[in-house]
Amino acid sequence: MTQPIIKARGLMKRYGTVVAMNGCDFDLYPGEILGVIGDNGAGKSTLIKALSGAVTPDHGTIELEGREVHFRGPEEARSAGIETVYQTLAMSPALSIADNMFLGREWRKPGILGSVFRMTDRARMNAFAREKLSELGLMTIQNIDQAVETLSGGQRQGVAVARAAAFGSKVVILDEPTAALGVKESRRVLELIQDVRKRGIPIILISHNMPHVFEVCDRVHVHRLGRRLCVIDPKKHSMSDAVAYMTGAKLPDDVNEAA
Amino acid sequence: MSSPETPTKTISDFEAKLAEADKTVAQFEADDASTFNVIKGVLRRNPTLIPAAVLIVSYLAFGLVAFAMDHGNFFRGTVLSTILQQMTVVGFIALAQTLVILTAGIELSVGEILIMSALIMANLGVNPGEPEIAGWPAPLAIAAGIGIGALMGLLNGILITKIKLPPFIVTLGTLSIFRALKLAYSHSESVRNVDIEAKSPLLLFFGQGFKFGSFTVTFGMIGLFLLAAVVWFALNRTAWGRHVHAIGDDPDAAMLSGIKVDRVLISVYTAAGAICGLTAWVAIGRVGSVSPIAFGDINLASITAVVIGGTSLFGGRGSVVGAVLGAIIVQLFTTGLSVAVRVDDYWQTFAAGCLVIVAVALDQYMRRASK
Ligand SMILES: Nc1ncnc2c1ncn2[C@@H]1O[C@H](COP(=O)(O)OP(=O)(O)OP(=O)(O)O)[C@@H](O)[C@H]1O
Ligand SMILES: [Mg+2]
Repeated sequence: MTQPIIKARGLMKRYGTVVAMNGCDFDLYPGEILGVIGDNGAGKSTLIKALSGAVTPDHGTIELEGREVHFRGPEEARSAGIETVYQTLAMSPALSIADNMFLGREWRKPGILGSVFRMTDRARMNAFAREKLSELGLMTIQNIDQAVETLSGGQRQGVAVARAAAFGSKVVILDEPTAALGVKESRRVLELIQDVRKRGIPIILISHNMPHVFEVCDRVHVHRLGRRLCVIDPKKHSMSDAVAYMTGAKLPDDVNEAA
Repeated sequence: MSSPETPTKTISDFEAKLAEADKTVAQFEADDASTFNVIKGVLRRNPTLIPAAVLIVSYLAFGLVAFAMDHGNFFRGTVLSTILQQMTVVGFIALAQTLVILTAGIELSVGEILIMSALIMANLGVNPGEPEIAGWPAPLAIAAGIGIGALMGLLNGILITKIKLPPFIVTLGTLSIFRALKLAYSHSESVRNVDIEAKSPLLLFFGQGFKFGSFTVTFGMIGLFLLAAVVWFALNRTAWGRHVHAIGDDPDAAMLSGIKVDRVLISVYTAAGAICGLTAWVAIGRVGSVSPIAFGDINLASITAVVIGGTSLFGGRGSVVGAVLGAIIVQLFTTGLSVAVRVDDYWQTFAAGCLVIVAVALDQYMRRASK
């Protein structure tokens, strides 16, 4: 099989006495959409935070395209091309939509206004943000200069997804991107996920929505008690199998760990 | 359980309707245009209009009271000029305080940094111990003072980010530490005006100015408006300014968005310290001499000004223009109560206290209204 883009082995993370990851392995292959499912508190968010540099694992290794990486913060993972939508969305409520989309990677004006005076190019950033939101079908957002706190929960999630899809260059990680979205917006996010994959960028999709996971994912990573239980092929397994595995109702017997 | 043959791919029927979805950006009729709603909407979008309105209304009110009580013309240029001269130093410090409060921090040691920097500028520039020997050239002495101010701010920033202590505790501690250091350094001695005039007159620059009729413009006032413009630009037109707001808003979200939170915080406290150092130069010009025990409560005065100007102590929201207006409002009440109403000094303090409470109450009301 081809070399994984992201490969993690034996990740451990404790918060005090709470074990969030317990020897977790993880593989993401080029061009695929990988679903990650598991109970609440199984450690899915902790896993992707370790991959995105937001959490430093206590033990274990992470390789990006075969090279071991030690991200010291999300900005390092981001500059390596890993873009993440966190479950908590990570947005600044008082800042505008465009400000949030460009937070930490602002475009500067051309010429000395930008290089010497460090002036940001707000017109260009606003236009780009508007375009990305329209691509996502987020037409109910009336004003791109509107503060994020004035958006509905789903609109916020839409902005976060648009941000990740627009800037991800190597991997896009989505932690429950459709949890708060309406029917239409969820559908657009799923289409967007497929668009991103068409650009050759693999996606990690964490979701509790089994129909969505089984519809778009090429492989599904089943997470249980802080580690990878198995990886299943959604074409060969049913949703009820997956639910049985992740809740511990049934053990995967015929499943190949490294599938 | 289903067998492997049954595909689990499902596009739900209800989603088929999506093809017919409306594709335009939402638009609504403007809502009820009663004057009250219009005013509320305008204020919500431009929160600095509140302190601006307070300033203008109270200025007019003091003028009318002075007229009614036969206490002379409050609107004459000298009164306004005096107000602006007297608020200059607080205005500068309020700019430093705005930077810090925007990050949801607080800086209690501003006054000690200010005096320490002033003492260093004056002692180096004047060399008061040896009347025959000249001090450092004034520009060097000034640069040293500003540099020390920045260093003290840097120390605050490092303690806050690296030892992860709350800004209130850190600056409460450094307030005492810097206070002790300044007394040790100066042997509790002032630098006299005559010595500064004789040996390092450039230190007095910001106290000088020119006249427009009865209105005196000092270089300190001009400096304040220039610095306010610079800080406004940095906060609103650069990425750094956006990061400062984001950190005050939600530090975890800022971290996850890839902002180097510690680095930005250290830069904020260092910049605040440097502004205090610059203010030392302004204060020397304003007062004419340097006393190690002056400006003891400018930390609270600057917080008062910032809050009256509409900046939230919870961080993330605030305005540079508001901070300057807030400093002017406090001074207007102080001067107005003594010149126009002619009440005892303690009522000025009373008024400043009321102003803070009213300002915050108003701010909360506006915020609830926007929810
Ligand atoms: N910052 C933290 N401090 C302490 N414990 C934490 C922290 N973050 C996560 N945990 C714990 O780690 C475990 C895994 O949490 P995690 O958020 O990774 O779960 P999850 O699989 O994403 O769950 P969900 O489906 O509800 O999002 C939980 O038991 C949780 O209590
Ligand atoms: Mg989670």
